[in-house]
Amino acid sequence: MCSELSQRCFSVQRGETVISKYVIVGASAAGIGAVEAIREVDPVGAITVISDEPCPQYSRPMISDLVSGKANFDKMMCREDQFWEENNVQALTGRTAVSLNLADKYVALDRGDHIAFEKLLIATGGKPFVPKIEGAEKEGVFTFTTLSDAESLVAKIETAKSAVVIGGGLIGVSVTEALTKRGLEVTMVELKDQILSLILDQTSSEMVENVIRKARVTITTGQSVQRIVGKPENNNIVGSAVLTKGEQVQCDLVIIAIGVIPRMELASGTDLKTNRGIIVDKFMHTNVSDVYASGDVAEAYDFVFGENRLLPLWPLAHQEGKVAGYNMAGKKAEYSGGTAMSALKYFGIPIISIGITNPQENSIYEILVKHEPERNLYRKIVLKDDVIVGLSLVNDIERAGVLFHLMKNSAKVKKFKQELLSEDFCLATLPRSLRRKIYPRE
Amino acid sequence: MKKIIANEEYCMGCGLCEVYCTVQHSKSKDIIKAYNRENPRPLSRVKLGVHKPVSFAIQCIHCEDAPCVNACLSGAMQKDDETGLVTHDADKCIGCWTCIMVCPYGAIKRDSSGKVVSKCDLCSELEVPACVANCPNGALVYKEVKP
Repeated sequence: MCSELSQRCFSVQRGETVISKYVIVGASAAGIGAVEAIREVDPVGAITVISDEPCPQYSRPMISDLVSGKANFDKMMCREDQFWEENNVQALTGRTAVSLNLADKYVALDRGDHIAFEKLLIATGGKPFVPKIEGAEKEGVFTFTTLSDAESLVAKIETAKSAVVIGGGLIGVSVTEALTKRGLEVTMVELKDQILSLILDQTSSEMVENVIRKARVTITTGQSVQRIVGKPENNNIVGSAVLTKGEQVQCDLVIIAIGVIPRMELASGTDLKTNRGIIVDKFMHTNVSDVYASGDVAEAYDFVFGENRLLPLWPLAHQEGKVAGYNMAGKKAEYSGGTAMSALKYFGIPIISIGITNPQENSIYEILVKHEPERNLYRKIVLKDDVIVGLSLVNDIERAGVLFHLMKNSAKVKKFKQELLSEDFCLATLPRSLRRKIYPRE
Repeated sequence: MKKIIANEEYCMGCGLCEVYCTVQHSKSKDIIKAYNRENPRPLSRVKLGVHKPVSFAIQCIHCEDAPCVNACLSGAMQKDDETGLVTHDADKCIGCWTCIMVCPYGAIKRDSSGKVVSKCDLCSELEVPACVANCPNGALVYKEVKP
């Protein structure tokens, strides 16, 4: 299907310069959001989208579902096949933007052609962080970010019996679940002393570890992989992984799932201000006029910390892209901010975790916890000055949205904080004035 | 578009909205069969919230700029521009729970299979949604509201 789509898509000739009112580099969540927003405001202005993937409108968080067999390629399409055509977008798929000329306002592509823009969105996303590991070049070592990563992995799964997953974060857990479902024996190796350390505290992390171990996954923490060793019969093919504490784990595959870092290559050598990502304001505008950035490549506003930082999450990328799109098309829109927020479905243990969930300076924070081990329930809410700044819910997740709304609006919860952990917590629990703000009747 | 409005002053907390929602979304559409024979029992998509003396029923309010649609990872949650409905395609849903995380009303649930979410569809095939039609005290009304 990808090749058909590419053929239907627009192409430019070598060395040619094309002028497009809006140019978007990257066509994942942020790029899609921008197209949708631009078209709400400006139905006709030319939009060109550049993506180095052959078929970009798929859901990246779903690549683990492709590996597990839960979703096929069609199901992964998060927008209809004709998304680009219906929005009258010139989609340059399978093409790479190699550099920017911000003075003359054009993007240079891989075959020497130029796309001139009035408004530019950089939505190049992230790329996997790959530490230096001896033997990482061997056949059977994978990263896990794109559809093509997932397809390469699927191609190996029939013959592989075991895998080592490096990283016990979201990506690591997702790929571990997928491989386990396909019958592989998996060892998850996490550098910190618990898995999901960025989003869970020790208690909730242990709850998840228990469930994962029941699925016959080996979890080892507090170490990493120091080198990857080949098979005795063929040194170029993965045979085992040597952990930092010395243990050697036999495996056919190694998946590097440590995290993503911004794809910043386009910004280098330009006037764009960068930190760990491209710096933007609340309009997703960079320091260079008419140039915007959104998604995993940008440092956008975190409303909990009150500052900009990297938050590589699909829903935030989409929202940031939308804000950029509105502003590019001339409709003023302000990004209300996001924060670290994750919903997890893996290994049948639903979890929602938002904001500061494991604060260290306990004097500033008030922590409300309800742990019912016999029902496998865990609820934790972190308050600062009577405002919710973080929450973790395990198994009983359905109140999360109401709590998140209170959190995002910095609602004072002093009067009803003892109710926050109640199983019956809902809009009816809130004081009338607050409820009216959230649920206006007319 | 027409939406369901809850008047908490009239809600007695009887829960009939949940019962009739369950029946309407059952295979049999029969209250006895739905409750006694269907396994798993279909889930009510409306939730009676009670915090005495306050009670009222909450279901998806089909937001104009719906956070669940914006956040959906798979494209299962969509806004229908013509009807105004926020629609959910269970075949596309991957049960990632991201919509649950962002719904300010707590109006989205995991369905009884635990694999996808479930929410109010305004009983599209009925003139008046089942919860409204069977609310004995007029606490739920179905009327035209400004988007």
